[in-house]
Amino acid sequence: MLPVSAEVVIIGGGVHGCSIAYHLASKGMHGVVVLEQKYLTYGGTGRSAAGIRQQFGTEINCRLAKENIKGFIRMKEELDTDFDLELEQGGYMWLAYTEGQLNQLRENVRLQSSLGIPSKILNPDEIKELIPLLDVEGVLGASWCAEDGHVNPHRVTFAYYEAAKRLGVKFYTYTKVVDIEIEKDKVKAVVTDKGKISTRKVVNAAGPWGKEIGKMVGLDIPVVSERHQIMVTEPVNRIIKPLILCQDDGSYWKQEPTGGFLIGMDNPNEKKGYDVGVTWQFMEEVSRRVLKKMPILRDVRVVRQWSGPYDITPDSQSIVGPVEEVEGFYLDVGWSGHGLQFAPSIGRIMSELIIGEEPFISVDVLSFNRFKTGKLIPEPACI
Amino acid sequence: MEKFTDDDVIVCRCEDVTLGQIREVIRRGYTDPEEIKRITRAGMGPCQGKTCRDIIIREVARITGKRIDEIPVPTYRPPSKPIKVGLLAEESD
Repeated sequence: MLPVSAEVVIIGGGVHGCSIAYHLASKGMHGVVVLEQKYLTYGGTGRSAAGIRQQFGTEINCRLAKENIKGFIRMKEELDTDFDLELEQGGYMWLAYTEGQLNQLRENVRLQSSLGIPSKILNPDEIKELIPLLDVEGVLGASWCAEDGHVNPHRVTFAYYEAAKRLGVKFYTYTKVVDIEIEKDKVKAVVTDKGKISTRKVVNAAGPWGKEIGKMVGLDIPVVSERHQIMVTEPVNRIIKPLILCQDDGSYWKQEPTGGFLIGMDNPNEKKGYDVGVTWQFMEEVSRRVLKKMPILRDVRVVRQWSGPYDITPDSQSIVGPVEEVEGFYLDVGWSGHGLQFAPSIGRIMSELIIGEEPFISVDVLSFNRFKTGKLIPEPACI
Repeated sequence: MEKFTDDDVIVCRCEDVTLGQIREVIRRGYTDPEEIKRITRAGMGPCQGKTCRDIIIREVARITGKRIDEIPVPTYRPPSKPIKVGLLAEESD
């Protein structure tokens, strides 16, 4: 049974929704409710390539990313969880195949260095030394950060969920939000298929579905849902730790701590919408691309493929914070494929904004308002 | 000799998950087979749960008192049998 009222209703049981709930409750807030249309991690969270990195190309993302890494390092203790979160800082490597790509990486690394992120540019010999199994034909250079890496998206989410639950947060799965009631431009209630909850504060952390949630309060949130496919191989002996991203054909791969290779690619023609189906064409195409770079994977077997929705914005940048149009309506959407890793910093910042504290890092530049003022902040480092 | 209980039975042979581990996760409040899969990795291996899926669903039904047809079923995804990356790449030539 749903409660009749709540202090805050968070829409979305992904890693962001659960992190915001935990952070609110840990600040002593009572009456926090999380609503999820399916099961926890159903959306982008549970379908992610599980990467965490500090190699971004905008100042706000670099500053938040540094906090994310610190957050993941202390997470097991902070959330007091017995789940193995699989945090592994095996590094992230972005390969450049044109002067233009290399110049962009140089620019990113300059920004990252100025903010204290230990990334650097490598030449092909240095790349070969780090990853002897990689075919570096055509590679001009790379950017590299040894602190970047991997975390288990499911277990991170469930760890936030359990910690939040212990602090009194109520979670309702298979509960779909169908409307949000507004009175005099203020949030009044959230209507679901299981009943209505009166509340003055609503958080839209619904990822790609955030667009539909926005419509319920009359906002046109510029988020496009785009399917991204990925596949995983059988576990084999660990031969490589970093994630490798090739900017010539958009392919990327990494070997998880459990031994399987996660292999994906960027596909600008991928299906829009909420379909989480998969195609044979993807498996064939991505196999062809990855074998050119990592021929040793020829005899490794693919065991499964899946897909998940990215919530992409015009500047590939998230939309975070309150909105002018509706009092009590907060956004945390539009992460454009790099959302998982921002759960530690943004969960805290959202809780600070909701409670009325000064956020520990200002996220004004990520506001919904930027689409009216035209002050977009394109993030060049996206997968 | 140590006593062997059915908690020690391996239900997911791909990922070495025991019935006891599944029961522990259900008792912790995870009653959706998708959540159980995502926490324990049961069903994520080469057979994608051909053995463990039905056992897990039955266990959820037994512990929660739900009917089996009320419990959502995780998706099988291609390929139905593991296939070498090299073979997949040749197909697209």
